[in-house]
Amino acid sequence: MNSVSLLVIILLPLAAAAAAAVSPERWRPLLIPFTALIHSAFVCRVVFLPESYPLEGMLGLDALGRLILLVISLLFLASSLYAVGYLRSHPTWNNRVFIVCLLLFLGAMSLAAAARNFGLLWVAVEATTVTSAPLIYFNRNRFSIEATWKYLLLCSVGIALAMLGLLFIAYAGLGDGSGHGLQIDQIMLSAASMSKPWLRTGFVFLLVGFGTKMGLAPLHTWKPDAYGEAPGLVGGLLAGGLTSVAFLAILRAVQVMTAAGEQALARHFLLALGMLSLVFAAVFVIRQRDIKRMLAYSSVEHMGILVIGLAMGKLAVYGAMFHVLNNALTKGALFMSAGNIHRYFGSKRMCETQGAIGFLPWSTSLFLIGFLAITGSPPFGPFMSEFIILRGIFSGGNLLLGISFIALLAIIFIGMSSTVLTVVLGPPMEEETSPDAGHETFMTIFSPLLLLAAVLVLGLYVPEPLRVLFQEAAELVGGVQ
Amino acid sequence: MTNLTNEVLMAVILLNFFTLGTSRLGACIKTVASQGILLALLPPMVHGINGHSMVLMAGALIIKGTIIPWLLFRAIRQVRIRREIEPRIGYIATLMIGALITAGAFIFADRLPLLPQHYHSLFIPAALSTMGAGFIMLITRRKAITQVLGYLILENGIFIFGILLVEAMPLMVEAGVLLDMLVAIFVMGIVMDHINREYSSINTEHLRLLKE
Repeated sequence: MNSVSLLVIILLPLAAAAAAAVSPERWRPLLIPFTALIHSAFVCRVVFLPESYPLEGMLGLDALGRLILLVISLLFLASSLYAVGYLRSHPTWNNRVFIVCLLLFLGAMSLAAAARNFGLLWVAVEATTVTSAPLIYFNRNRFSIEATWKYLLLCSVGIALAMLGLLFIAYAGLGDGSGHGLQIDQIMLSAASMSKPWLRTGFVFLLVGFGTKMGLAPLHTWKPDAYGEAPGLVGGLLAGGLTSVAFLAILRAVQVMTAAGEQALARHFLLALGMLSLVFAAVFVIRQRDIKRMLAYSSVEHMGILVIGLAMGKLAVYGAMFHVLNNALTKGALFMSAGNIHRYFGSKRMCETQGAIGFLPWSTSLFLIGFLAITGSPPFGPFMSEFIILRGIFSGGNLLLGISFIALLAIIFIGMSSTVLTVVLGPPMEEETSPDAGHETFMTIFSPLLLLAAVLVLGLYVPEPLRVLFQEAAELVGGVQ
Repeated sequence: MTNLTNEVLMAVILLNFFTLGTSRLGACIKTVASQGILLALLPPMVHGINGHSMVLMAGALIIKGTIIPWLLFRAIRQVRIRREIEPRIGYIATLMIGALITAGAFIFADRLPLLPQHYHSLFIPAALSTMGAGFIMLITRRKAITQVLGYLILENGIFIFGILLVEAMPLMVEAGVLLDMLVAIFVMGIVMDHINREYSSINTEHLRLLKE
């Protein structure tokens, strides 16, 4: 029964995309929430009623896959309502390509979460690149075409390097004659007897390739452009959904390294990339005058936090798993509310959106709350997960690392707050700017509101099934005693 | 068979130099296409004629040898360009760098912990030098189309390495890889067309509006 549900999860978005390609303009946007609702119902079924899965084949769900699938599906569900409202505010734009690609994007991400073969995982991640490129270009101007080109080329080259890494890992297994192919469970079984130099090199290439996709510094250069120019809805899905999928690919690579007894090396690389991401984010977020680019650097920061959590092992890995969910939900809310502000003022620069709270009370309040949540203020979810990661760092005896972690997070908080507070509370510009299409509507407010409510609940109380899911996921990558 | 394989690989390496040294885009596309066709011949040569290697050959012939070149020719017709005018680094210099990388690939390949059956085969140096050539194209050329060609050459290099591992890769995955690449080139072609409409040129140096 569950393997049928799994197929539905992957094939439903593809079928919906086909339907969107032929359906009339007026009904097309409604396909998004409709698909999202069924998708998330099936996802909840397979995530919280875990029977045994056939893990030997191409598809299957372990705890890591279930976690990422849940994250993607919830974020997409919340975004789908916003998508309808957003497309209504641009009634004259042709939305066929956008909606088809959006649904295919969901299908590709679901496939990546359920892939039990590294080759299939690669195919799915590359498919997310090509399906999301047209989404970034939806605004159709010089800025978005530049962002799309950079995104497409850099991520394609990055993913090509990840393919090389996969081939290296396959080559590492040729020597012992087991011929494991790229099936993840088989690789892990024979990992101990693999050729170590090829395995290590393969891991580095995988980390570089999927790290580009995830946006870890110094491979993040496409990120501010793509997130900055994409519609807020797409920015949220990229920052919350796609990065989680790329993180899953890295988690798989770490699983293999752990099975081969090479986790020390893996952690070394992860820690270096993570700290570098925090440093880059701290440097570039200060005096960042563009709210969406600021959010992009915040995304770099949180990718850094995720891999640091993964690198520290034990309790911190549990924190990282928790943080995947928190980051996705909060980023979704932030990008959507920033999108509302952007649309109203026709600008995403700080100086032109000052005093937004007077014009868009709901969106701006949500933006402010989202900012507090993402920078780790209590009582929101990210505070809890970052706190757990920090506890993991200190209990491992890494005093210096823990202190620099806190210091960088504090710098980023201060850097972001100066921009956010000016946008929210600054003196409004003199002339009254009130374009007709830019007003907030129920649909464009309700989605971020829902996401932030979820983030608040997660900060106060983690439901038992979720806690078990985080725990099981963390145990797969060497976390939690 | 090994002799013939080595000659094919030598030809692939020589084609790298041709793409690095020419300014005519049409010739460049044709070269990359013929490189793809040569690579398509390799799986049956190495692994014998069986279903898997024949499907791989057919897939590579159709996608690398036919559809992608057709898409690229259509793209340069639409944007009406024939030549890469000013590369960031001159042609002689790129050729020299290409030669150095190829030499380096041969020296480096001997030091790798290869399996006994792959010692002194041309596969590893050919893969490394082709990937190197792809990277040079990506970095030194300004036109969007030559960057796409660089990406294709990089993919070709990875494909050479992948041929050694045909047994390890499920057919479905290989098909997916080729298909993904095709769609990626298709999307890149569309984006190129839009860059051309915005700027009346596909020089990527126009793409510098976005900065801190």
